[in-house]
Amino acid sequence: MSNLFDLVIAGLATGAIYALVAVGFTLLWQTSQTINFAQGEFVMLPAFLMLAAMHAGAPFWLAIILGILLSMILLGLAFKLLLVDPMMRHGVLPLAIATMALAIGLKEAVKQFFSAEASPFPSIVPTGDISILGYSVSLQSIGVLVLAILAVGSLTMLLNRTSLGHQMQAAAQNPTVARIIGVPVERMILLTFLINAFLVALASLLITPIYLAKFSSGEVLGQAAFIAAIVGGFNQVRGAIVGGLLIGVLDNLAAAYVSTQYRAAVPMIFLIVVILFRPQGLLGRAEERTV
Amino acid sequence: MKSTLLMGALLAAVTATSALAQAIKLADVAELSGGGATVGTNWKNGIDLAIEEINAKGGVLGRKLEVTHADSQSNPGVARAQVQKALDAEPYVLLGPGYSGSVKVTAPLAAEAGIAQIMGGEAAELTQAGNKFLFRTSFGQQSSMPKVAKYIHDEMKAKTVAVVWVNNDFGRGGRDVVVKELDRLGSKVVADLSTEAGQADFAADVGKIKAANPDAVFVYLNEEESARILKELKRQGVTAPLMGETTLIGQKVIELAGDAANGARGHVGLTTDAPVDLIKAFREKFSKKYNYVPDHNGLKGYLAVYMVKATTEKMGKVDPKKFADTLHGLTIKAAEEPGILMDVTFSDTGDIDRQSFLVEVVEGKQVVKQVLPKVN
Repeated sequence: MSNLFDLVIAGLATGAIYALVAVGFTLLWQTSQTINFAQGEFVMLPAFLMLAAMHAGAPFWLAIILGILLSMILLGLAFKLLLVDPMMRHGVLPLAIATMALAIGLKEAVKQFFSAEASPFPSIVPTGDISILGYSVSLQSIGVLVLAILAVGSLTMLLNRTSLGHQMQAAAQNPTVARIIGVPVERMILLTFLINAFLVALASLLITPIYLAKFSSGEVLGQAAFIAAIVGGFNQVRGAIVGGLLIGVLDNLAAAYVSTQYRAAVPMIFLIVVILFRPQGLLGRAEERTV
Repeated sequence: MKSTLLMGALLAAVTATSALAQAIKLADVAELSGGGATVGTNWKNGIDLAIEEINAKGGVLGRKLEVTHADSQSNPGVARAQVQKALDAEPYVLLGPGYSGSVKVTAPLAAEAGIAQIMGGEAAELTQAGNKFLFRTSFGQQSSMPKVAKYIHDEMKAKTVAVVWVNNDFGRGGRDVVVKELDRLGSKVVADLSTEAGQADFAADVGKIKAANPDAVFVYLNEEESARILKELKRQGVTAPLMGETTLIGQKVIELAGDAANGARGHVGLTTDAPVDLIKAFREKFSKKYNYVPDHNGLKGYLAVYMVKATTEKMGKVDPKKFADTLHGLTIKAAEEPGILMDVTFSDTGDIDRQSFLVEVVEGKQVVKQVLPKVN
């Protein structure tokens, strides 16, 4: 029982990170029909930006701030202006392929300028265990879970409770009408790119101490988050959250109770079942776009 | 006068060209990126260091050594293509790869070309297929795993053991030998867990180990995964002693796993912390040149080049066709060839016999606890 509890908590912690990345997938899709296949690499890069800052002599806290800011500039602003905007005119598919190329480019660049080897990365959450309901639970898992929930909670508040959030929703649901009523649609779209960059930088900060900083570490994450977004519903932020948590827990339970060898197949089978019986995803809505 | 000068210049040019043509060409195919980047980079740097040293002292039989490095991307398919490309250039000897899976698919190519292949793979089966051109730089699993099982049974007094291994040629080979040996000695395997190469999350695997409550845990994964599982074992509070091979207690693993590596033990065929003067000197030279402490793969690459030197000097000529025959059964003594670092004997199958070490990680450093002598 203690083992099951630990597995669920560890799964929720990993799932919360998948959720952060999956939310980014849905945000970009909603506002600009961008399927970002470089999303995994977007999680890999900020850790290296932070490591570079630390190598230059910055303390960890400053490296985090610099890493997040640089990520927002590179993976938010520059990504939108230099890749998405020019490619968008040619349709969804060329843009998706361009993001695949970007993923390869980012991996190779990190390999070239940093190293092909894994590097250790400090954790912002202290190691050790705490006791919850009589069970010993890892502080790191709890810390990751709490931070991810805070981030997603704040985002949901922003989207649903503020004027800015309503404008973003309007820009996503019907850009033409939103423009007529005075919503600065372009700025709203840019904002979602910046939010996505912030989320992936946060995910990077939380996952890298566990996965280690490596040029290829985004591959697994990108795939898991993509599955999570589809399972939850590609057109719903709350769907991405549920999808992320589900995939995280399912992966851990599958490894423990089904087979470690076939653990990677279980989320895929789950994805197929969801697509067959509920194509719009668990919480998604057919033919609707909203953030 | 003018024509004499012209003749002289021509002669000098011809001499220079022939000296260049006389360089002995080696080809290296290694894991320079992908999951085995730590392995391949150390291996490559070891090779470069040895070649630099040998050339600085006049080369082998008066000829300089040259090497080309190719990246297998830690992928057996890519390794095969790179080895074919390297063999097309007709090298004297092929060096690498380091991963057993890549060695397995490339060894037939080198054998077909009649070129000796000095590699880093440790899977037991590699030298059991009757290949007459394949040579190890370290122990095969059939030599090291019985020592590991004996240590778990005799020294750790473990009656129950959890075995966790990586599901590739290297991991499966080691797992098969160690499980068989543990069974023979009377230690019961209570958890037998396969994991995937590149696996990031070990929470479930460690949960299973914890549930099995073994007296000892045998960990046989590649370096990065070893670091991740060590962190997870610590995180979940597993207190059973950990035993492994070089891949559990290597320098890179210690760097990546931090505190979590403390207490882990391993049987090591080669370690830069060995209490051997020549190895200490190697470690110093390597660290000075590359600004980091090498792991055993750096030693393997370095030794591979000195194997080429010692064998060629034994033959007294550069003859790729006779190289493998000469190396079979050859004993190279460190007193005569210091670059070989420790006395070593090569069997007819390309396996090696050399002294080895039992190492424990203490406060982030490898500490040699026992020296196990050469068998013959």
